[in-house]
Amino acid sequence: MPEMIVGKSATKYDAFAKVIGEAQYIQDLTQPRMLWGKILRSSLPHARILNIDTSKAEKLLGVKAVLTAKDLPGRRIGFGNDNEVLKRNKVRCVGDEIAAVAAVDEATAIEAMSLIKVEFEPLTAVFDPELAMAENCNVLVHESRGSNLSLEYHFETDEAALAASLDQAAVVLEDRFTLPFVTSSAMATHGCMALYRNGELTIWTPTQVPFLYQHELMMATGIPGNRIRVIQPTIGGGFGAKLDMYPYEAACVHLSMVTGLPVKIVFTREEEFQASRPRQPMIIDLVTAADRDGHLLARKAKVICDNGAYNSWGSTTPFVGMQTISSLYRVPNVRYDAQIVYTNNPYSGAMRGYGNPQHTFAVESHMDMLAAKLGMDPLTVRLINANQSGDVTPQKMKITSCAFSETLREAGKELGSLPSEPGKLRGKGIAGLLHVGGGARVYRSDGCGAVVKLDDMGRAVLLTGATDMGQGSDTILTQIVAEVLGLEIKDVKVINNDTNLTPWDVGSHASRTTFIAGNAAKIAAEKVRSQLITAAAQILNANPDQLLLRNKRIMVEDAPERFVDIGKIVRSLHFKQDGKLLVGEAFYDPPTEMQDNQFLGNVSAAYAFGAHGVEVEVDRATGVVKVLKVAAAHDVGKAINPLAIQGQIEGGCAMGLGYALSEEMKLREGRVINANFLDYRLLTAVDIPEIEGIIVESDEQEGPFGAKGIGEACCIPTGAAVANAVYAATGVRIKELPITPAKVLEGLNKMRSTFDT
Amino acid sequence: MALISFMINGQPWKGQVEAHETLLDLIRDKLGLTGTKKGCDSGECGACTVILNGLSVNSCIVPALEVEGKEVLTIEGLSRGEVLHPIQEAFISEGAVQCGFCTPGMIMSTKALLDSNPHPSKQEIRQALAGNLCRCTGYGRIVAAVEKAAKMGGDDLAGNDSREISDKV
Ligand code: FES
Ligand code: FES
Repeated sequence: MPEMIVGKSATKYDAFAKVIGEAQYIQDLTQPRMLWGKILRSSLPHARILNIDTSKAEKLLGVKAVLTAKDLPGRRIGFGNDNEVLKRNKVRCVGDEIAAVAAVDEATAIEAMSLIKVEFEPLTAVFDPELAMAENCNVLVHESRGSNLSLEYHFETDEAALAASLDQAAVVLEDRFTLPFVTSSAMATHGCMALYRNGELTIWTPTQVPFLYQHELMMATGIPGNRIRVIQPTIGGGFGAKLDMYPYEAACVHLSMVTGLPVKIVFTREEEFQASRPRQPMIIDLVTAADRDGHLLARKAKVICDNGAYNSWGSTTPFVGMQTISSLYRVPNVRYDAQIVYTNNPYSGAMRGYGNPQHTFAVESHMDMLAAKLGMDPLTVRLINANQSGDVTPQKMKITSCAFSETLREAGKELGSLPSEPGKLRGKGIAGLLHVGGGARVYRSDGCGAVVKLDDMGRAVLLTGATDMGQGSDTILTQIVAEVLGLEIKDVKVINNDTNLTPWDVGSHASRTTFIAGNAAKIAAEKVRSQLITAAAQILNANPDQLLLRNKRIMVEDAPERFVDIGKIVRSLHFKQDGKLLVGEAFYDPPTEMQDNQFLGNVSAAYAFGAHGVEVEVDRATGVVKVLKVAAAHDVGKAINPLAIQGQIEGGCAMGLGYALSEEMKLREGRVINANFLDYRLLTAVDIPEIEGIIVESDEQEGPFGAKGIGEACCIPTGAAVANAVYAATGVRIKELPITPAKVLEGLNKMRSTFDT
Repeated sequence: MALISFMINGQPWKGQVEAHETLLDLIRDKLGLTGTKKGCDSGECGACTVILNGLSVNSCIVPALEVEGKEVLTIEGLSRGEVLHPIQEAFISEGAVQCGFCTPGMIMSTKALLDSNPHPSKQEIRQALAGNLCRCTGYGRIVAAVEKAAKMGGDDLAGNDSREISDKV
């Protein structure tokens, strides 16, 4: 039966509220008698706290509370418990939380902060992860650990076979790739509002992971988890930065506890740059070996990740990056080593792609360099190594649906038609990607709950644990429920933002929502559907197998004049003895496995593939790179909402282009010196070229209606594609993002001087 | 403190403002018009765009004192009840809205553009929106929405503007 709603573009569920300015973000929420909170942050990257004098601040008219570490229960937070809500003895990065203030208005809170006196003893700091790991480094970010190494990751296939393959190889490439600090820069900054009342905490916060957040907040504050209600306002962009429970949020809760009033804290844009979690910078030493026909024989990567001062999600990104090294293209022999190193820099978290944009930049630059070395076409070298359906990768990831080759062919197809102007050099480049597309089992559960209730007027309400942070999962889920129940999209409402109402979910990360929450919603709706059909069969005196749900009716397939309205069926179940409610619930946890301690296991029920083709024009005199066009082909399994996918692709590519060309959080002694949008260059409407999204369908058997995840995939290969295009245009190979005019010019000059000599 | 009066979405407003108060804080905090967003508070993101005497401005860098006697249009003044302005319609139908935080500012910049240039080229649209940052969409759908709004509205987009309506009462 052809689908009626799934597969067709639908406008975003909450777009109406957003275009009239009625959607409420954390910035817009308020409560009677609400106080404004502010966090006093460290201006030093590394220092001992000798004394904090809050007496003047406390006396300021309008100040209701001033908290420092001594006022808190002293619970440690963060992954590995290496962090504190307010720092007691030592600050380890600029922006570290020292004190929290609540006052009647924002201006008073700001004034109070300026009245707090902190006596520091500055300590030598370390900002370079390689130096932090050097033998002679005498700076310890966390003394108790004895070294600056936070975590290590190691994966390898058979050692002897790896060594042999390197010996046999016709080509062995070895290069260092360097990736900078960049940051999510959601247009809405972070913020939360806490209200502790009668032993119950309600917290309004734009988290992407409400249930994990609930747990983390319990650990941070000591409030029992069953006394914490998390409500998400409209989320003004997440991109991974809103996966963490931040120290300021626990501080805000404590401010509400001591004042007995609602307290709200909202980041300034400068705070957002300095104190929200950026994408992890990496140094990747990559070895790629191939035979003379271009078949990959081996890949080895040594990765150093700048963790910053504490662990956040950034310290687990090698988990994903490792999959890129081992499994993007068929490569039989692999070794991967990553070190997560503490420094006194801001600490990195999750950002769209979760380690994958960094690793893909290295791998896909090498694929092009390999092609050049062998005199092969970049597309051919990729096609002969591309993953295929049925492959099991060295990490035991099982590739199910896979249209990788098709996306590679599509991405390069239309580029390169226009001739260059004088003084300008044109070139095109491609790069592919592999990412989880069917959830990611990073916890023992990768599940999501859904409840569908169908009311007597034929209105369905979906309660889902899945968070919409702007990407459009609300819309996808209404489409799925409407499709299953034969309703219109407008007949389906979503409740997805209140842990008191919604069923449990791991959260919106790992591009898992369409796949996991979609499956959960589908199964829950199917349970309602089967009850409906049973009831309708009785009313219509028909065989259940002959019944069809269409246009809010259930009809007999060959005799459509015999029908009953869905609302009427529901009413018939309500208005009778022993009646029943039409409610379906489901908990979908995909058929995947946790990786073992060797990093082996099929973490995702499906994998997303894709490729970006980019055409650039480089100005020979200035080194400026202009992107003329991006063609982004993605294997999405099945496009449930093509318009939403186009939006994801365009947004992902724009983020990828920023990573490639303009974005870099510049640090001086751990301080972000370009903490504003004038100096941190997000690309604008004039910088972004035409982006052609190409949807390739591969019908994933496990996915809802065949769909796979797409959210992160679309920002992953852009950086490498741009670097490859710049090389094609100029012969200059840039191994360090962003590709600034200065780097291009330096490369051009070097080439000129090589020719001269 | 100073007493000012001005027109906001076709209605007069009179009240005290502080010398350092911005138009953005005035309309968000005092008037409760929170549809206008604060993304940076320093004139760099466009989330706070409103129309001041027909021109788009970043309201976070306009002192409240400066609007004395002027007319301000915010996102709340664009639709007439349930009837959306063609620009709003187009933003919905073209998929120009994701997280939506940039949307009110984008729409107001678009309104200012189309009021002065009803049939802009793609390049003119991109230029006009260059001060409005969006992290979600990559701008492609937004540009498409502006093109569509220009078509939908023809030369008379003002016809669906509540400011015009209330002026008549
Ligand atoms: S808030 Fe005014 S320009 Fe950003
Ligand atoms: S839609 Fe999110 S910033 Fe534009």
